Amino acid sequence: MQGTNFTVDRTHRWAALVLVVVATTLLVLGIYHGLLQVLYRAGWIRAASFLGLDYYQGLTLHGVVNAIVYTTFFEVAFGYVVITHFLRVPLDARVTSLAVGLMLVGTVMAAVPILLGQASVLYTFYPPLKASPWFYLGASLLVIGSWIPFFQWIAAYLRWRRLHPDRDTPLAVVGMLATFTVWLIATIPLAVEVLVLLLPWSLGWTASVDVVLARTLFWFFGHPLVYFWLLPAYVMYYVMVPPLVGGKLFSDKAARLAFLLFIVFSAPVGLHHQYADPGVSSSYKWLHGIFTFCVAIPSFITAFTVAASLEHGARQNGGQGLFGWWAKLPYLDEQRYLFAYAFPGLVLFLFGGITGIVNASVTMNNVVHNTAWVPGHFHTTLGGPVFLAFLGLSLWMLTELGGKPLRLPRWNVVVPYLWAAGVILFSIGLSVAGILGEPRRTNLALSYSNPESPLFQRHWELWTQLGAVGGVLMTAAMVIYFAVFFSTLLAPAQQVAELRFPTAEPLRHESLGATRNFTPWVVVAIIFLIIAYAPPLVEVLGGNTVPSPPYHPFSPVPLTK
Amino acid sequence: MERNERLILVASGTLMGVFLILLVYSGLGLSVVVPTCVTDVAPFTGGKVEQKGIGQYDVYLVSRMWFFDPGEIRVPPGSDINLYLSSLDVTHGIYIEGTNVNLMAVPGSVNFARVRLEREGVYRIFCHEYCGLGHQNMAGKIVVAREASAVSDANLAPAGR
Repeated sequence: MQGTNFTVDRTHRWAALVLVVVATTLLVLGIYHGLLQVLYRAGWIRAASFLGLDYYQGLTLHGVVNAIVYTTFFEVAFGYVVITHFLRVPLDARVTSLAVGLMLVGTVMAAVPILLGQASVLYTFYPPLKASPWFYLGASLLVIGSWIPFFQWIAAYLRWRRLHPDRDTPLAVVGMLATFTVWLIATIPLAVEVLVLLLPWSLGWTASVDVVLARTLFWFFGHPLVYFWLLPAYVMYYVMVPPLVGGKLFSDKAARLAFLLFIVFSAPVGLHHQYADPGVSSSYKWLHGIFTFCVAIPSFITAFTVAASLEHGARQNGGQGLFGWWAKLPYLDEQRYLFAYAFPGLVLFLFGGITGIVNASVTMNNVVHNTAWVPGHFHTTLGGPVFLAFLGLSLWMLTELGGKPLRLPRWNVVVPYLWAAGVILFSIGLSVAGILGEPRRTNLALSYSNPESPLFQRHWELWTQLGAVGGVLMTAAMVIYFAVFFSTLLAPAQQVAELRFPTAEPLRHESLGATRNFTPWVVVAIIFLIIAYAPPLVEVLGGNTVPSPPYHPFSPVPLTK
Repeated sequence: MERNERLILVASGTLMGVFLILLVYSGLGLSVVVPTCVTDVAPFTGGKVEQKGIGQYDVYLVSRMWFFDPGEIRVPPGSDINLYLSSLDVTHGIYIEGTNVNLMAVPGSVNFARVRLEREGVYRIFCHEYCGLGHQNMAGKIVVAREASAVSDANLAPAGR
């Protein structure tokens, strides 16, 4: 590995390690409930609950742990490492401890009611189904805790700019600041939904909640959220992968443009989750559909630039011919395992991108909305490039920051390929079943996949079973991963903790122009947000809807005080 | 930026432009209807099927934990159905198999779609949004059959596949 050596200060080493170890430990729970989902759906478990937790409780855990807790913990940890390593501006240890503490307390506060069955409302909240107030409060603390690091990093970045007025911001820093800009934009409407609508309603202070408004605020958060997940994987692709294959970054400016375009286009797109909703005019849905097409473009740029960087590196190593250079990539290199965690994710993302464009297409969405197609799609995005990058980088942080030698290195490089093979089978199964009409978020074992039920759908069976086979392979990959991670964690620390951060050199140096500063892009983002969200929010707030009292998932009778 | 970089930018922009044109065509040229809103007033609070003319039906489909009202809708083949979907409790959703009808039933608001059912048989309606304990058993159906034929459901083939 090339790159500069730098020992991250003790506080931030510990902060990152605590976040990564806690997140990976909780991930065991999230993966277990992922496995249970496919087993229930395929009828291998034909029951409402298994080992004391019911299907929808497990589904809530799977979503909250994997999509919210694991991702946020990992990204805050990785952000601290990137910012301290590249900017070398000291951060206040007490503020960092406060942030990590809030995130841990919030997570416990949200996890307890889920485990007690008092918050089976899925990670999307779904009012007027009501959860315990502790669930909403815990989720808020986790989010607020994750804002604090971003404010530390902005201050550090501004200070760095003053100290180095003539230097370009390191690309990894641009990537992580873009990631958390998207996160801040996304989580403001979430905070409004939770703190203004749901928490007072859950405590009984308000009698009813406007469900259309709550859904609009949730999806205002819910789609930029996916770019919050994706962008750290792009940091890995642009910054860390080119030196691993012995090459340079094909275009530094294209990478910066991609990150900045995500700031602009990631948020004015949320209504594409509400194409099938009443209460919002279809003209606004079309507008968000067009913005969603725009947000595909930075991903196209990334696909090209990363592939070009791989080709450049492979040719440096003697790769020849139109396709011959593919043989010169370090697919199973145990030392450069981060490449193994990057490459299959890139392949999966080809499917994820194309199925995503299907979802974004207003009219075609009618065929796939809320069917099994949708989890089939996002397991090739969130469950593909994002998850694999986070797994690889978590292991990297554990070894680099903890000074631990990697255990089971040969098994380790198999994990991403086994995972990707599982995801492909899983996603084909769910996508086809979805087109046939199979719903998502449904315990099929009790009805549609039960031959004894009048609702049995024989023509879904093959695809549901294929999905389960894929899910079992994914779980097998994760069992190996956990063995690698935890045996490495338990290994005695050997070398002095130092950070070897593979850092790409650009192939050519060019003037960055407008991609040098964040401000113009943030201003355009705000303008687009106002254009995209002011009219539908005015419409939703205009009194066309009737607010709802709270319900418990077990009873059709509303809860009243 | 390198020449190929600029090329890929233009190419991806063009590709999304072509998709957009096709999308607009699917909406305007093929008349695929995207769900839109109506306000929440009677008659959207109780399920019923009203015949408005020959082959013309208004269906008020009400979703509740955990059934649809009416649970079975009978119309002759070739009927045009104006479907008004509402919810009396939590959020539900429907997909009518074999059609482009995919709607959310959000409490406090009414959803609408128009659909023409040509083929005889049973079209299942699946609740596709998590709505609590009984979600997986929440399904309805549209039976498309000639009025004279007093066929039982068992004799009717699934039509939506």
